[in-house]
Amino acid sequence: MNKLLLTVITLAIALPLVATANPIQDSYRAAAKQENPGFKDFSAARGQTFYSAKSGDQACATCHGDSPKSNGKHAKTGKDILPMAPSANAQRLTDAAKVEKWFGRNCKDVLNRACTAQEKGDFIAYMLSVK
Amino acid sequence: MRTFFCLALAIALCPLAAAADGKYGGENRGKPLQPAQVNAKWQQECASCHIAYAPGLLPAESWRKIMSGLDKHFGDDASLTAQEAKEITAFLVDNASNRWSARTAPLRITESAWFRTKHNNREIPPDTWKRPSVKSPANCQACHTGAAKADFSEDRIRIPK
Repeated sequence: MNKLLLTVITLAIALPLVATANPIQDSYRAAAKQENPGFKDFSAARGQTFYSAKSGDQACATCHGDSPKSNGKHAKTGKDILPMAPSANAQRLTDAAKVEKWFGRNCKDVLNRACTAQEKGDFIAYMLSVK
Repeated sequence: MRTFFCLALAIALCPLAAAADGKYGGENRGKPLQPAQVNAKWQQECASCHIAYAPGLLPAESWRKIMSGLDKHFGDDASLTAQEAKEITAFLVDNASNRWSARTAPLRITESAWFRTKHNNREIPPDTWKRPSVKSPANCQACHTGAAKADFSEDRIRIPK
């Protein structure tokens, strides 16, 4: 009986972690520790703030839309952009090279600089938290 | 002597004549606009932000210029890895316009003589381009419903309100 209880408790703790685990985010976690020895963890709340914060006249949300669960629209060309959140678009955050390519391009366009590993991980934490 | 002079003059003028040869002062789109078999990388990468513009819409030199400046692509960063850029450039250059005899190489499809002639102010009043449903002349598929498949036939034109 005790053993069963222990299993249930372990599963209850472990399942949400497994559900949100993302190998790409893990590699940014390693990079964030390198960047900053005081690194604690990624935060979905910080990611959400980052997502909607305007730098100049642009934010992530300008093209990706206010909700990462909905389609966005390219600000210049008007082309539809499929939802950013994996809960709405299972292909998102599955290809590390693609993720890094788009962080590379879009951070430069929106922020005029590269994003830190902390920012990338926070962004992903927010995307994974959107259900 | 006079014959020789005339002949020499004709030869000297020959390149000039060739440059202005053909329709639209030599700035003509290719035929076909796009090969039956397209490159998958080209399709995937170029169509991320806009339609994958058919290679025959511009001459080879235009594509070389565009592909070597992707970090500042009409105001956006569209950088590719060296390998991707090489593969896509080859596809564009190999299938560039085969009817472009002018020595021009515009970066914008909309700057070519054939484009401006086909979309003259009489046929397309300037206000049309500014409609939210059209947005800009770069937005081919707003009116050319088959543009993403390089189909620009007159039958498929629907100009939105």
